[in-house]
Amino acid sequence: MLRENILLALESLRLNKMRAILTMLGIIIGIASVITIMTVGNGLTKGVADAMQSLGGNNISVYIEEKAPLEEEADMETGEEPVFGEVEQTYGMTDDDYFTAEMIRDLCAHYPDQIQAISVEEGIGTIECNYHNKSEAANLTGVTAGYFYANNLTILRGSYFTEEDLDRGSNVVMISDQFAESLFGDIDTAIGATFETMIEDKNLEMKVVGIYEYQKDTMMSSLIMGQGDTAQIYTPLLAARNIYGQESGNQYYWFDVVTKQGVDSESFAQTIQEYLTDTYYRDNPNIQPSAFSMSSVVDEMSGVMGKVTLAISAIAAIALVVGGIGVMNIMLVSITERTREIGTRKALGATNGSIRTQFITEAIIICLLGGVIGIVIGSVLGMIATAVMGALSGPTPFSILLSLGVAMAVGIFFGYYPANKAAKMNPIDALRYE
Amino acid sequence: MEHNVIEMHHIIKRFFEGQENELQILNGIDLTVEDGEFLSIVGESGSGKSTLMNLIGLLDRPTEGTYFLDGIDVNRASDADLSALRNKKIGFVFQTYNLIPRMNALKNVEVPLMYGGVSRKERQEKAVELMEMVGMADRMDHKPEELSGGQKQRVAIARAMANDPAIILADEPTGALDSKTGHMIMDIFHDLHENHGKTILLITHSETLANETGRIITLMDGRVINERIMGGGTDAS
Repeated sequence: MLRENILLALESLRLNKMRAILTMLGIIIGIASVITIMTVGNGLTKGVADAMQSLGGNNISVYIEEKAPLEEEADMETGEEPVFGEVEQTYGMTDDDYFTAEMIRDLCAHYPDQIQAISVEEGIGTIECNYHNKSEAANLTGVTAGYFYANNLTILRGSYFTEEDLDRGSNVVMISDQFAESLFGDIDTAIGATFETMIEDKNLEMKVVGIYEYQKDTMMSSLIMGQGDTAQIYTPLLAARNIYGQESGNQYYWFDVVTKQGVDSESFAQTIQEYLTDTYYRDNPNIQPSAFSMSSVVDEMSGVMGKVTLAISAIAAIALVVGGIGVMNIMLVSITERTREIGTRKALGATNGSIRTQFITEAIIICLLGGVIGIVIGSVLGMIATAVMGALSGPTPFSILLSLGVAMAVGIFFGYYPANKAAKMNPIDALRYE
Repeated sequence: MEHNVIEMHHIIKRFFEGQENELQILNGIDLTVEDGEFLSIVGESGSGKSTLMNLIGLLDRPTEGTYFLDGIDVNRASDADLSALRNKKIGFVFQTYNLIPRMNALKNVEVPLMYGGVSRKERQEKAVELMEMVGMADRMDHKPEELSGGQKQRVAIARAMANDPAIILADEPTGALDSKTGHMIMDIFHDLHENHGKTILLITHSETLANETGRIITLMDGRVINERIMGGGTDAS
């Protein structure tokens, strides 16, 4: 019987093509907008997540922050993210407030199963690099052993800084393949070569020991982290500090923990925070350590994006209500036109239930067809939009199922009243209807 | 084993009951139809024959009186039961054919079988058989709009026969046809009656057609005023 009802519905749509298309239009527009919005929302979320991942999704950032006065504590929860490598200094920090190399070593020793590496980076600033007659500006950053782990950099030539380089603070650098080409001509010349630079009135010679692959920024990651720099060059942290004459190389406001595979970085961030507080900062009146994982940031952003997407989709779904009313209207016209048919069917043994089912099926078919067309249109629009944003993505199975479900629900809801009207027709009157 | 297809006792039908414009159409009808009979009900318009036919066809319920269809007390049946009884026990043939547009002739014949819950394969076989019986085997895939009046009525008769009903109710079946085509339709009814043992109730205002049947019941003002047994079409027993 269902088969017959479906065939019958398709047949009556076929006979009234123009009417069917106009009726479906509301549903098509509604579903297409919902799918487009959900696809774009999903693309954005995925883009953000990917970008964060490429920046080290499992890393935990540990930093020190000023203890908030009690009344401001709630505010601190949602307050601004700390700027990396800086601490707001509303009061004078003392040497005792910073993390020390010993603390970091202790932390590593305490959690050997969770910690893969520790990474510290400190931006030094822009330096002028001179090689033969060429001169290129570059951005110098001091890093520790764990940095390349933490940032998923690929080394093309040479190797990462040796223990010795790191411990002594040798004037060695790692440069990107792009920078190598612009300063040295090609990467083979660059490896092992030396360039000169002038920092704080000191003339320094920097030796290139490694070349890493420059990763082109996706649109998303540059939105989040700013335009990446092809001229990013790295030197051991100690070297950077030596250059700037910081005698005490043993103070850190901030470091990254790279976790081992399978470690839940969110809860481990909590663990680190508690360990450091309990061990070193219990008696510190002004400063407390804090730790957060990148993945918690990603989760938070995804959550917010998801909610925004749903909210906008809900607005788009208003078109579906309008579409549903159109379907109801056309169904009322249809049952009036087919009064005789309804009377005949009843005379031939159709129950009220089977008449109702027939017309609800017809309403559902209209809505589902409109839904499928809407899904196709919405997917194409969504894919175009996400492709333009550089994060091509298609509709999720969830959004397709949701749309089909909603289309079907619209059919049932707006088809019920006309179908019930048909079912309750008096067969005698219906048979005589002209 | 004689049994009556229709047994009606003192049937009364009133419309707008209890209201100012209350109208009593049937004033106590007694009617018995034996299995295998071919009879006709005649009467002027307004005599109550349409109302009686609606009651016999279970499209409406009597206000008073008892009605047994094929031994079943119809007054006790629910609406859903009535639908099932219409489906199984009654074959309607209408003056206006009432084929369902958009469906081809064969599918139209399948409709009562579908509501009767017959499987798709079986109902197609049965419908083909019935179309052959009424001589429409070559027009099975034609839509109603592509058929002539006589052809449409033949499809309608095939449809009425689909569930092998206890009685065929034919309401002015030749009313919209020319006399030659009308005779062809009447011949089909005679064939069904004589060769298939069908019980047929013909409702008409035409004396000529009524004279072809075995018994003529005349209605006037909601009462049976005359009943004649004819020589020609008496029961097949």
